Amino acid sequence: MNRIAWRRWKGRIMVGLMIGAVIVAVTPLVLILSTLVIKGAGSINFAFFTRMPAPAGETGGGVAHAIVGTLMIVGTACLMGLPIGIGAGMFAAEFPKNRLAVIARFVADVMNGTPSIVVGVSAWTLIVAQQKHFSGFAGSAALAMLMVPMVMRTTEEMIKLVPHSLREAALALGYPRWRTSLSVVVRTCLPGIVTGSLLAIARVAGETAPLLFTALGSQFMSRDLGQPMAALPLVVYTYATGPYDDWHRIAWATALVLILVVLVLSIAARLATRRRF
Amino acid sequence: MVLGARDSALGSSGSGAPVLPQARIGAVDLTAFYGSFAAVKNVTLGFESNRVHALIGPSGCGKSTFLRTMNRLHEVVGGHVTGQVLLDDENIYGAKVSLTQLRRRVGMVFQRPTPFPTMSIYQNVAAGLKVEKRASRSETDAVVERALRQAGLWEEVKDRLKASATALSGGQQQRLCIARTIAPKPEVVLLDEPTASLDPQGTQRIEELLFDLKKDYTIVIVTHNMQQAARVSDTTSFFYLGTMVETGPTKQIFTAPTAERTEAYITGRFG
Repeated sequence: MNRIAWRRWKGRIMVGLMIGAVIVAVTPLVLILSTLVIKGAGSINFAFFTRMPAPAGETGGGVAHAIVGTLMIVGTACLMGLPIGIGAGMFAAEFPKNRLAVIARFVADVMNGTPSIVVGVSAWTLIVAQQKHFSGFAGSAALAMLMVPMVMRTTEEMIKLVPHSLREAALALGYPRWRTSLSVVVRTCLPGIVTGSLLAIARVAGETAPLLFTALGSQFMSRDLGQPMAALPLVVYTYATGPYDDWHRIAWATALVLILVVLVLSIAARLATRRRF
Repeated sequence: MVLGARDSALGSSGSGAPVLPQARIGAVDLTAFYGSFAAVKNVTLGFESNRVHALIGPSGCGKSTFLRTMNRLHEVVGGHVTGQVLLDDENIYGAKVSLTQLRRRVGMVFQRPTPFPTMSIYQNVAAGLKVEKRASRSETDAVVERALRQAGLWEEVKDRLKASATALSGGQQQRLCIARTIAPKPEVVLLDEPTASLDPQGTQRIEELLFDLKKDYTIVIVTHNMQQAARVSDTTSFFYLGTMVETGPTKQIFTAPTAERTEAYITGRFG
């Protein structure tokens, strides 16, 4: 009887500790989000999404140029990063012991831990320094470099989760290996791959450091990936450190928009996984 | 002969008379390895058409491995073999054999039901049909219906062919897998403990099914369950420690086995 009471107490103490840990983990998140909403929501209106920034010193204006810039830079990064990442992940999952796959897996793990500013400097060296000017494309390349290892590893893990019996069932029906892999294995774990890709997009959409050295930022509407380009994180960076109150206001609002974009992508990722079977 | 290549008359070992007379499929001096470990040792065993053949033996005796050498699935897990497996007197381990062709002629049903989770019931049954050529819609419809009827599942699913295959019960899923296997009209159907994960009712349905299926196919079934072997099979082979100890008509194996090992196993003294 005593032992049972003691066990019950131990259970309660552990649950209490875990609830405490959850509170500690969630509090900063709630603080950040609420601060953003308090300081930024007031500045968000239709003009914020459609207008260009006002000249320094004047109030009003929006960040249309940065929204277009982020869409173009991240979109181009996806075009480069997703096929390479997913392809590499499929290769590593299909040929787990292949020497190239082992090396790629190791490099991807190292790159996943690399500070993004290092990737930015690499893109600067490889593209900006060669072309002798900043460009949105260099920004895309930097973001793609960040995406590839993330997407590769999640793709590989998702494919490895598909039971081997399913693969054998397809092979036993006479499916060639490539078809087994594509129309059965990858098909089955496609929601997982989509989720991984969306999370990678959400992650790089908010990256600032790699863009500082590459896309640079711009005060003007630019739809040319060969030119310096504005992006939402860069607007936050520039405006938050600027001297004007109105700039700070815009920086808060932009930060809120960025968080919302990331939130929407994360929710989309969740939905994609839930419709699994 | 449709295996993609006529790799000489390997079936007759170059001498004239076939090694396995009357056998639709069979092994000749077959040894199957995992790395350097021989899980099946020097087995020579043929299976006649339109019969149910049971492979019995204790766990790890090599009967599943042996089954998997007959559609070359043994290689998928990194194994290799020496010796031959003859399908209509042609060695399926010949250099030019097409695995796709082979596996269309030798179908397989696994221990656990393996419906493709992203496909509907209809698509699952049709999955093996599209491997070679694109069939017309009405042709496919007819084949899917025939396969589902043969597998005894048609009445239960005819109104929800577009539903996900994972919505079916375990026993239904296994019959779906049998329908999927027989849809491309294989000659040989290999079953690897097909009722191991089913309840008694599901088991009974599958066993009844085997009686019907043997009219059209050559059936080889691996089973842990000796009563099942006795009920469904025409011939039985007993495997022990990788060797084929004894083979013969099921009745004889179960009533008057010649080998001591076999008798000990079927009377439940070991295994």
